[in-house]
Amino acid sequence: MIRFVIRRVLLALPTLLAMLTVVFLLARVVPGDPAQVVLGDQATPEALAALRDRLGLDRPLSAQYIDFLGGVLQGDFGTSLTTGRSVVTEVAAVLPYTIDLTLSALFVGVLFGMPLGILAAVRRNAWPDYATRVLSLVGLSFPAFVSGILMLLAFAIQLQWFPVIGAAALDDPAGRIHALVLPALNLGLIMTAYVTRVTRSSMLGVLNADFMRTARAKGVSRRALVWRHALPNALIPVVTVVGLYLGTLIGNSVLTEIVFSRPGLGKLILNAISMRDYTLLQGIMVIFAACVIVANTLTDLVYGLIDPRVKY
Amino acid sequence: MTQVPPSPSHGPVLAIRGLRTEFRSGRNWYPAVRGLDLTLNRNETLAVVGESGSGKSVTALSILRLLPEGGARIAAGNIELDGKDLLTLSERDMDRVRGDRIGMVFQEPMTALNPTMRIGDQVEEALRIHRGLDRAAARREALALLEEVKLPSAAQRMHEYPHQFSGGMRQRVVIAMALACRPQVLLADEPTTALDVTIQAQVLSLLDELKRTYGMSMMIITHNLGVVALIADRVAVMYAGQVVEEAPVRSLFAMPRHPYTEALLRATPRVDEDAGTLAPIPGQVPSIRAMPPGCAYAPRCPLRRPPCETEVPPLQADGDRLLRCWVRNNERIAA
Amino acid sequence: MTAQLEAPSSAGPRPSALAQAFRSNQTTWIGAILLAAVVLAAVLAPLLAPHDPLQQDILVRLEAPSAEHLLGTDAYGRDVLSRLMYGARISLLVGFASVIAAVTLGGALGIIAGYMGGVIDQLIMGVMDVLLSFPTLLLGLMVVAVLGASLENLIVAIAVTEMAPFARIARAPTLVLREQGFVEAGRALGFHPVRIMAVHILPNLVAELAVMASLWLATAIRTEASLSFIGLGVKPPTATWGGMIREGFENILDAPWLALFPSLAVLITVLALNLLGDGLRDAIDPKLRRE
Repeated sequence: MIRFVIRRVLLALPTLLAMLTVVFLLARVVPGDPAQVVLGDQATPEALAALRDRLGLDRPLSAQYIDFLGGVLQGDFGTSLTTGRSVVTEVAAVLPYTIDLTLSALFVGVLFGMPLGILAAVRRNAWPDYATRVLSLVGLSFPAFVSGILMLLAFAIQLQWFPVIGAAALDDPAGRIHALVLPALNLGLIMTAYVTRVTRSSMLGVLNADFMRTARAKGVSRRALVWRHALPNALIPVVTVVGLYLGTLIGNSVLTEIVFSRPGLGKLILNAISMRDYTLLQGIMVIFAACVIVANTLTDLVYGLIDPRVKY
Repeated sequence: MTQVPPSPSHGPVLAIRGLRTEFRSGRNWYPAVRGLDLTLNRNETLAVVGESGSGKSVTALSILRLLPEGGARIAAGNIELDGKDLLTLSERDMDRVRGDRIGMVFQEPMTALNPTMRIGDQVEEALRIHRGLDRAAARREALALLEEVKLPSAAQRMHEYPHQFSGGMRQRVVIAMALACRPQVLLADEPTTALDVTIQAQVLSLLDELKRTYGMSMMIITHNLGVVALIADRVAVMYAGQVVEEAPVRSLFAMPRHPYTEALLRATPRVDEDAGTLAPIPGQVPSIRAMPPGCAYAPRCPLRRPPCETEVPPLQADGDRLLRCWVRNNERIAA
Repeated sequence: MTAQLEAPSSAGPRPSALAQAFRSNQTTWIGAILLAAVVLAAVLAPLLAPHDPLQQDILVRLEAPSAEHLLGTDAYGRDVLSRLMYGARISLLVGFASVIAAVTLGGALGIIAGYMGGVIDQLIMGVMDVLLSFPTLLLGLMVVAVLGASLENLIVAIAVTEMAPFARIARAPTLVLREQGFVEAGRALGFHPVRIMAVHILPNLVAELAVMASLWLATAIRTEASLSFIGLGVKPPTATWGGMIREGFENILDAPWLALFPSLAVLITVLALNLLGDGLRDAIDPKLRRE
């Protein structure tokens, strides 16, 4: 098991390096002089030179790259150009909000999506199937900010069940959960749509598998057939696909945070973009890349736990 | 292993009468099995042979009522197990028959086992369902079964998963599962087709041996006449959803009467002949959506006469065999 | 799959599959009709739009829907319906252009990777895998943030995010096709690799790429709307759906319809494409069809 974990982590390193390289290169293709972009047209040549020097912009690209990688290795993702604080500090301040949101959305998605997907597959081509298929397709078609706005209109503005601002101070647990409901449902319902579809198609594949017929020939009842024989097999692809979807979930959480005025990585990105704070943007991207890789590695590990064919 | 006494009741253990199984294509239903009559006697091994598409496997699935739901249905006929019609049973009662009184071995050992369940658990399952055994008793019984099907080091291997087994070993496991509750009838659908030649013979002799020890009746479905010659008592040749010839194995091999049986025999490789003399059967089995109006074999038959193409020949007794052929039956009458 | 690839005669999209998609699935029809309506509204916007989408009128700011302004007016007194119709042009333009770019580039890279194999394969697919590792929206966001928000940059950004899946889809069957008789024959005859790839391999992939394109078109339009909503879309005062939602969102308490109507427009368009793509995929996927 430990060897398996180590091997998985080692395998993830090249991907991480590649992602870091892409982020680094993207941040360097800013058209024009980044210092000029940051400081604006009225900046004095001295100020520009000072900033260029601070950012290491007049050094060769390869040296900048090595500096960048070395910094990341030491947990130093640079300093925000606008606030002067380190990127790590900026991110750490808002990360709990994003984690709250993403995990609860994941929870909502699995909680509703799996039973719906199973139901649709078992009652294939009957009304529960049609209903879940149409609803899940609608769910998948919602851009996260559109569904967010609709929910905000309905539940926060019209019915006033929940606050318009979807966050509360970290030391107020009840308020924190109350404020989280709408954003989490918003993100979670998209996730539900996705999990439902994946579960349904995976389950359908398993229900038609040869070994299901073998089990029926043994006299296994329908109920046991679904729960004991089909579900464990159907879960395997669901876990993988849900893991892969975490990236999209993170992307959607950015939009959800904006709609519900929640602090979080989404807000931070938005600020970085509007202030042209490229080091902050670069740092956030590095953290996102790391999150994606951690999620993928965790997915692989879970996969190994539930599929006996995967050797540790 | 002690000899199980023969069942007290008389008559065939399994009797299929007028079975018609249909498949759906779009809005229409087409018969894959067309008025099939077949009986399986006690302690007998009946081989059902024919090319793929002849309705053999559909027949086996009809007996256990395991046809794909929505896509297939049994439109007519009855299937009696010890005189009781299986087609009238509720789904719940049918579950009591499956795996308990009728066991089934499938063609593809590679996919017939649940990949996420341990071998032992899969064998135990039927025992726990039908015999109500507790975990420990079921485990002991499963181990005995796996040893009986000659799974090497069964005590350890029963804790492994299917992917750790070879095809031949998996088929032994499938057989152990089918036999777990000592069924009266074993249905074996192409049990050796997917296996290597050397393994085939081992699995066949295992089946034959188990059938004798358990006092079972066995219906083995195959397209391989070599298999038939090895273990069958009686042979039913199926073509396009019907029996065209049925006879004791010796008579059939000694003197095939139906032109299709002849063609099948010519197409079967034999140890004492060059592969060069093999004669593949020209043409192909008619699609269930386009059945010829007369004898289904007529389009491919070298003996075909005018009536063959317009009227379906009846299945008629001819000595120790049954035969469905206008030409050969008339030859007999004329002689 | 293999059966389908055996003969070059099966090349190209099977016309029956298309017919099948519409025959067997009413939802495919709904998707097609909705999409046709959106496309029509976009194409005919100059003829159909009741007002100039850029015409401001301080006297009718934030008006609720009325006979004069069917869907109301925005904070500058512009007609929301007209802006919606013109916004459809941007959404569809960005969507189609970026997906065409993605399918062309990704498809070509996938075929080259599959056909050439070796280092080239590893290099191309390595880069594609890295692109796939980024969440679509974030990668697009970063590209636009760096290049600057404009119509062209939006198309480039979305194309970059959607290239990798097409490369993957094109590569897998190419690996199989490369070993087929008719491809080897072409190689033996000394045909140029480009010719073999274009004439013998590409036609076999068209159907699958087309179905994928319709599904990714939905994602592209959603990404465009998301980026515009964040403020990285085509610059105002040009009407874009995402931008309209953004402006509407600022006035959500006074004039909720401002955010509502463009939201529904995005939703309907994406849903239409998903319904259409789903139907096509079901029809074309041999595994699903057999069931």
